[in-house]
Amino acid sequence: MNIFDFFRDRKKGNTASVAKERLQIIVAHERGQRNTPDYLPALQKELVEVIRKYVAIDNDDVHVALENQGSCSILELNITLPDR
Amino acid sequence: MAKIIVVTSGKGGVGKTTTSAAIGTGLALRGHKTVIVDFDVGLRNLDLIMGCERRVVYDFVNVVNEEANLQQALIKDKRLENLYVLAASQTRDKDALTQDGVEKVLTELAKDFDFVICDSPAGIEKGASLAMYFADEAIVVTNPEVSSVRDSDRMLGLLSSKSRRAANNEEPIKEHLLLTRYNPERVSKGEMLGVEDVEEILAIRLLGVIPESTAVLKASNSGVPVILDDQSDAGQAYSDAVDRLLGKEMPHRFLDVKKKGWMERLFGGRE
Repeated sequence: MNIFDFFRDRKKGNTASVAKERLQIIVAHERGQRNTPDYLPALQKELVEVIRKYVAIDNDDVHVALENQGSCSILELNITLPDR
Repeated sequence: MAKIIVVTSGKGGVGKTTTSAAIGTGLALRGHKTVIVDFDVGLRNLDLIMGCERRVVYDFVNVVNEEANLQQALIKDKRLENLYVLAASQTRDKDALTQDGVEKVLTELAKDFDFVICDSPAGIEKGASLAMYFADEAIVVTNPEVSSVRDSDRMLGLLSSKSRRAANNEEPIKEHLLLTRYNPERVSKGEMLGVEDVEEILAIRLLGVIPESTAVLKASNSGVPVILDDQSDAGQAYSDAVDRLLGKEMPHRFLDVKKKGWMERLFGGRE
């Protein structure tokens, strides 16, 4: 390492902190999904099919989430209908 | 009744087998009767790291299938009185190990030993899940690197949900973090995740930090668990980790950059 590298190094962002930030985000996201039951993706797919019989929607227009609050679980459905 | 400890990581090549060999040997050195069991069916390697590859006659799968009894399959270590190895089978049959078979063997080992160390294969397939299923404690081996940390977190999720303890609603598996291939110099330059970073992300208790060391390859070259090289940094770090596993408070070493003298700076140090 010469004297110029020394100054350049100080300016460049450190990659370890980038790694930490990325990990914190992805790990939090994956932990959130960890406790959801395996049937959610299938449920979502079938819901899309049923709704599509009546309204033209995309696969991404239905969001299914299961939330646990103490002893009760809330199944949340969010369906975005297209503009008329 | 033995304590069953699984050494796991998800990601391959982070040092599971090196760790299993070192921790198992360390426990035996401290007088505990210990057996290290290789769960990596088809890719047996613990025998090489332990230096007993030429003495494998019967293996884990032979015992499960009752082609041999446990006494025939257990390989006694030549160096230590109370250390044994149970080798994995080299069969290509992925279903060679069954949950019932593993339970039977582990129950029999538990009667006779103080510690059973289960060396898990990489991945989250059957071998890995069987290695962790019956565990009381888990050592999660992690490198300070993004893919390893993420995989470790995934394993922590599996440890808490897919185990006998979880199925029976018992106290959960006790999880320990072992950070390996740690390079303090790169951490100080901001090129590598530090201990605190990994601890913060995974949020489990730290069992030890093993520095990146030339001693590890030298030890595996010669089939000697690195913990027996008590002059080396990695050997000493593993030794501290074994003490902590047994409940001793030990300060963490090898976390800071070694200060180089001016002679060493000029001429370069040789390991």
